This record gives sequence, C-alpha cells and structure tokens, in this order.
Amino acid sequence: MNLTLKVWRQSGPDDDGRLVRYQIEDVSPDMSFLEMLDVLNERLILAGDDPIAFDHDCREGICGMCSMMIDGVAHGPQKNTTTCQLHMRHYNDGDTIVIEPWRARPFPVVKDLVVDRSAFDRIIQAGGFISVPAGSAPDAHATPVPKLDADSAFDAATCIGCGACVAACPNGSASLFTAAKITHLGLLPQGQPERGSRARAMVEQMDEEGFGGCTNTGECTAVCPKGIPLDTIARMNADYLRASRKSG
Amino acid sequence: MAVSGAVLVFFLVAHMAGNLKIFAGAESFNGYAAWLREVGYPLLPHRGLLTLLEAGLVVAIAAHMYSAIVLARRAAHARPVKYAARVKSRANGYATRTMRWGGVIIFFFVIYHLLDMTFGVANPEGHEATPFARMVAGFEPARWYITVFYVISVVMVGLHLRHGLWSALQTLGLARRYPVLTLSAAALSGLLTIGFLVVPLAITFGVVK
Repeated sequence: MNLTLKVWRQSGPDDDGRLVRYQIEDVSPDMSFLEMLDVLNERLILAGDDPIAFDHDCREGICGMCSMMIDGVAHGPQKNTTTCQLHMRHYNDGDTIVIEPWRARPFPVVKDLVVDRSAFDRIIQAGGFISVPAGSAPDAHATPVPKLDADSAFDAATCIGCGACVAACPNGSASLFTAAKITHLGLLPQGQPERGSRARAMVEQMDEEGFGGCTNTGECTAVCPKGIPLDTIARMNADYLRASRKSG
Repeated sequence: MAVSGAVLVFFLVAHMAGNLKIFAGAESFNGYAAWLREVGYPLLPHRGLLTLLEAGLVVAIAAHMYSAIVLARRAAHARPVKYAARVKSRANGYATRTMRWGGVIIFFFVIYHLLDMTFGVANPEGHEATPFARMVAGFEPARWYITVFYVISVVMVGLHLRHGLWSALQTLGLARRYPVLTLSAAALSGLLTIGFLVVPLAITFGVVK
C-alpha cells in the first residue's frame, strides 16, 4: 500500500520543529509501524537526508521505549498495544498518518520523535523502591502474599513507563504512571514499611516535575498499552492522603 | 475540587427536596420557605442558619472555582506545545469532556437563577411576592423560553454530576468497584436531574398553577 506520512521533524531541543510530509510506497501489511519507519529512514539515508529519530528498543512490547502520537492517539489505534506491536494491516492504501512526539513540558523533545523521559526516572528515584538488604533470592513462599494482592500488584507492575498516559491526558498528568508504581509496591508485604513516605515522595516529585493535575478523565488507561486500571490512582490518592494526615 | 463539590452535592439534594414541595400546594411550599428562615428560632436569630448555610455555599463555590482554575492552569503549563493532529478521546465520556466549560455555563446559570428566584430582579412577580407565586410566574407558559433555558442548564448540571460524583470519590481515594460506582453516579445524577426538571416543566405545562 502507499501512504502519506506527516512526521514531526525537529533538529534539536532549540529548534521550533514542523510537520514534514513523506510519501512511502509498497508498504507491506505485515510490517510493524516501526519497520515501516525503518524503510522510510533507509530511503532518506540513501537520498542523503537526515533519518527520522525515534525511540525503540525491544520491539516486542515490553520495554516502553517506543513513544509516538499517531493521528492524535498515543501508540495508535490498537488498544493495549505499543507502537512497535502495531501493524500496518490496520491501515489502508492512501491513508495519511500524522506522527508526533509525546507533548508535555516535563518530556522535552530531544530530536524529531524522541523525548526525554528522565522525569519518570526521578519519580522512581523519589520512592519507587523498597529498602531491603539485597542478597541471594529469598525462599519461595517465605513471605506469604494473598493471591488477589499478588495479581493486582502484578497488573500494576506491568507498567513499562512509556509515558502514553501523560501524552494522552488532557491535563498532562503523570498520575497513572506514578499510581501504578505506588500500587505495585504498596500491595506487597515488602512495600509496607515505606508505603506512606513512598506515596508522598513520589507524588511530590511528580508535581515538582511540572505534570498537570488528575481530573479522572480516564484517557490514560484507555491508551495504556498495558491497560493499567484507574483504581491504581484511587489507591495512590488514599495512600497520599493518609500519609499527609499522619505527618501533617 | 472533591471536597467543595461534595458540599454542593448535599446542597443540591436538599434543594431538590425543597422544590418538590411545590406539588404539595402553595401553603406547604411557602411554609417550607418561611421555616428555612426560622429554623432554631429563638435560639438562633432570624435567618441565622440560612445565612450560615448561604455563606458555606459561597465558600464552597469559590473553592470549587479556584480549584478548577488551578487545574486548568496546571494543564496549560504542562503542555506548552499542542498536538497538530486533533487528539481523539479514547475514554468514552461526554460528561467528562464538558466538565470545564460546562462548569462555566453552570456558573452563569446560577447567577441568572439567583436574580430570578432569590432576588426577584429577573422575575415578573418581583421580590415581594411569595416564593410560590414567584415560581409559578417564572415558569408560566408564556415564558416557555425561560423553561427551555432551565432545562438545558439542569441537564448540564446533571452531566457535571455524572462525572463529578465518582471523580470526587476517586480523588479522595475512596473509589472501589468501578462498575457499581459509575452506575450509582449515573443513577444519582439522573435522579437529581429529573427531580429538578419536573418542577419547571409541571408549571409550564399547567400541572401546578
């Protein structure tokens, strides 16, 4: 199939950037979205042009690197799917596709479609961990965990930190990401000692990074490639409010 | 947002219950209005409790608007560069998308509503008439356009509640069992909408005279 792409090109953080139109022919429906861009990049390189910079790593939907706003939807039209797992069979011959980077002040554009997501790392550094002596793996079942808690914690732990929640949120809020991490650790016995301080530190770091406030629109969970549920945000709010009441 | 909104929801429930007294006749309705001004007398002064409640409402509305403005400003700050493609909403929620501007519309409605029913400036009977007479005159068939305006505004309030009710519980960390929660929010906002709509409609269609 033949497609028209409108891709955000920005040579660096200080460049204004603009959408540039590309025609791409003979796209196979079996290609992934990123492979389609690889083909375009090969042609750009052969023509002596600068290839389109985009983030990618595992290309199997688990690393959280790929990050594209495709026609105004984070990770494109497929639900619960990262951009790398989106295939061109979902498009038709003659389609025009607009590709933009995530848009948020805490995610500055590095180049073209690549944004700097260090803000997420700083939120994790603020409290997304448990302080235990590391060593050899503990015996299985040494610490009992109720099955339902283990399941919910695992659901939250599937967050790959891609930032689609921020990109899709009309408020530019990072609540779903932060809540997923707080839920993941807060549901397990190992996470209990620091549960309150973790929630406070992570929420405060999230606000400090300049993310917007959550108004529970649900746009985040709708585009999340891992389908992180909205109840994680209720849990984050509960932990944060309880911790704030205790320490004033 | 959640706390001030909750105060306003309790007010709306009481307000609706009071309105429905119109179906019990002029005496009952006027009696209720008079009672509101006399609650607790002589322990409290005339209009004592009512003035206190009104002050609480003003504070709640101010806090609600302040929170909304802070959130909107934070949102604008968090996304300095907008998307070129129209951002498609993936979460289904007309009520959610209309919260911000719907709130502004509701604010203007409340101003008109106060001028109409509380101060009587925009009411054909004026301030001196009984509350029942003001109500009936306000929604008389000849003023059908006022009724239409009220119907649209009340539906806006209903939509605002549709999202606001469960969203407040979510913000306070109390949200559980989402299907039940959002369904209850829809049911309660629907109930309030209908409760507020029957009164002006009943007057306009001549059921209450």
